[in-house]
Amino acid sequence: MSDVAISAVDLTKKFGDFTAVDHVSFEVKKGEIMGLLGPNGAGKSTAIRMLSTLSLPSGGKATVAGFDVVKQDAKVREHVGLVSEKMIMYDELTARENLKLFGKLYDIPTDVLDKRIGKLLEFVRMEQWADHRIDTFSTGMKQRINVIRALVNQPEILFLDEPTLGLDPQSTAEIRELVRRINIENGTTIILTTHMMIEADMLCDRIGIMDHGKIVALDTSANLKKRITGTDTTLFEFEIPNLTQGIVSSVKSLGSVKSVTQDDPTHVKVSSAGADSFDVLIDTFRKDGAQIRTVRNLEPTLEDVFLHITGHEVRDSVSKPSTPAHRGGPNGFRPKNRVR
Amino acid sequence: MGVERVLRHSAWICWKDLLEFSRSKMRVVMLVLMPLFMMVMVGFIFPTGSTIKDQPVALANQDLAVNNVSMGDAFVAQLNAVNAETGILKLSNATGFDDIKAMIQDGKISGGIIIPSNFTADILAGKQGTITIMTDQSNPQTSMMVETVLTEVVDQLGTQIAMTNLNRTYNISLAEAPAVLNPYSVHQTGIVPGNPNYFEFVAPGIMAMVVMMSLMTGLPHAISYEKDMGTLDGMLVSPTSRWAIILGKVLAQTTRGLIQGFIILLLSVVLFGVVIHGSILLVVLLIFLTVFGFVGLGILITSFADKEETATMVMMTLMFPMMFLSGVFFPIQQMPSFMQTLANFLPLTYAASAMRKVMVLGAGMGAILTDVLVLFVFGAVMLTIAVPMFKRAMNR
Ligand SMILES: Nc1ncnc2c1ncn2[C@@H]1O[C@H](COP(=O)(O)OP(=O)(O)OP(=O)(O)O)[C@@H](O)[C@H]1O
Ligand SMILES: [Mg+2]
Repeated sequence: MSDVAISAVDLTKKFGDFTAVDHVSFEVKKGEIMGLLGPNGAGKSTAIRMLSTLSLPSGGKATVAGFDVVKQDAKVREHVGLVSEKMIMYDELTARENLKLFGKLYDIPTDVLDKRIGKLLEFVRMEQWADHRIDTFSTGMKQRINVIRALVNQPEILFLDEPTLGLDPQSTAEIRELVRRINIENGTTIILTTHMMIEADMLCDRIGIMDHGKIVALDTSANLKKRITGTDTTLFEFEIPNLTQGIVSSVKSLGSVKSVTQDDPTHVKVSSAGADSFDVLIDTFRKDGAQIRTVRNLEPTLEDVFLHITGHEVRDSVSKPSTPAHRGGPNGFRPKNRVR
Repeated sequence: MGVERVLRHSAWICWKDLLEFSRSKMRVVMLVLMPLFMMVMVGFIFPTGSTIKDQPVALANQDLAVNNVSMGDAFVAQLNAVNAETGILKLSNATGFDDIKAMIQDGKISGGIIIPSNFTADILAGKQGTITIMTDQSNPQTSMMVETVLTEVVDQLGTQIAMTNLNRTYNISLAEAPAVLNPYSVHQTGIVPGNPNYFEFVAPGIMAMVVMMSLMTGLPHAISYEKDMGTLDGMLVSPTSRWAIILGKVLAQTTRGLIQGFIILLLSVVLFGVVIHGSILLVVLLIFLTVFGFVGLGILITSFADKEETATMVMMTLMFPMMFLSGVFFPIQQMPSFMQTLANFLPLTYAASAMRKVMVLGAGMGAILTDVLVLFVFGAVMLTIAVPMFKRAMNR
């Protein structure tokens, strides 16, 4: 038995002539939690839909739990669970009825299923709500049921597409804890997408950053951070009240500078390499007449890495002139909300 | 995937759908109200002879009595007697032609009657007494009704006077007089007892239509709704087959259609006095045949409609012509001939006609064989087209 749970080779999805997922290749080991980060429209959900057999790849190959997602889709389905962006639950049904329906679609015998449903409800501390209708629940309670719904078939592999979308901090923490427990207690392999860097940092063994349909970086959080800081690379934050675009671009043009990101009109983060990098930066700023008020030496966050890799350009925005033509997609602008 | 497994899964999906349905009060209420509204509505908006009542009509009696005998008064008395029974007219008085004309123009009355001054004199002189009937030409429907009623009264009165005259002049007994005056008489009878009733015409058609609607609108709606909500993904990501999903939905919709069909049956018998003359078993069989006839079309629409809006639009475009051209509300025979040709291509025509023949006329299988065959062939052809289309549409 190999220790690979998921492998994708040149996996591609096209919608018309728009490529949503573009020759993506990666492997996920058994028991691993892999995170997928990426701006809106990067292709994370599309990738997950292909791996969970909901969407047919336009090219490439993927195996999940050892089965080909195209040729052995029925086999794949038996071994995966899916929490998608929209909750998969029927509002008028109770929690137990929902779990029962989905359990029955996996041909689980009634006695086994009943016991399993009891255990799952216990797992998320929802036993006393088992026979209440979903539409009487808070979003956090709904999502707990939605997650255990994806576990009725005891999947080896679990796909979680933005599982904490629209939840309050308490429920978010609860779901994260749940994800960790599912992974540890059952050894479940998990692919998780999120827009929250902390979440990816906390939960994932490795993080893939997707942009324009491609995986542009895939590594552990620590290794990703080393891209902007390392043995000889340092991340500084300067506060400059009279900051101008001209100043920023002359810093950018320095050979030692790896990335420049600007969060607000007076702060600029610069990652720079070399023993004399600080002196070089100060000299450049002074030459351009910048008045430096404060300087800090920063520990890089995943967010810094993310912005460094994907840039500041707003995605999926129809009005943005710098947006490449192919990037509109039919639902170009898509404000997202947890549905139901 | 085994047939048994598909059936088992579809039963669970049907269970889920019906449970969802039964928990939504609004939908349950609509299930009962929709057929009730439809029956009441069509029952009242389509005029039948007996529904015209209290038509305002003015009467100008200018007749001058001769020797204290006034044939005009006798006519008015007779008119009142007939009207007391039917209640069709609401009589008022007028002075003459100009007066009536003004009242019609004002829209106060829908017709007028003028008995001329020489009415009695003419009759006593052995001449014909002439009565003038004025009608509102701007409303042909009512004026035709008023004209019919008045003509009938005039006719009856005339016959009565003629009989008296025959008796007096030729000594023919009053019992024999009708045969002398009118050698032919028409007797009308239906093939089943009772008077024809509009509900009897419309109830079977509505039943067929409701079954058709539950498959043609209910099915695509159920699937596209789940697609939009994202719950369909939950079923698609499980190892169940796409056939179990569609079959489960078909079962749920059929159950709904059946319930609605029976509500209509019950309403028409209990509230609207419809008498069912045929076999209930054959009616049930026909309902199932209608389900079979339309299930393919429903699946076909489902495969074309990837969003709820699209589904609704496609359905409406197909449903309206079906509703109005299939002889559910108006008899096909009353339509212009090209419409009749069109109606012959609509499967609902056959479903409604077969249902009507069985329910109203007590027809057996032999009499509806053509309808049954057409429905069956249509259903089979539609399924043959729909199955691969659905497969393709659901193919990720
Ligand atoms: N069924 C579809 N038909 C056409 N285009 C699609 C379809 N599904 C997705 N797309 C497009 O593919 C691109 C990638 O979408 P996807 O949902 O995978 O992005 P994502 O990374 O999950 O974004 P988000 O963070 O907003 O969830 C988007 O531009 C989207 O508009
Ligand atoms: Mg997404």
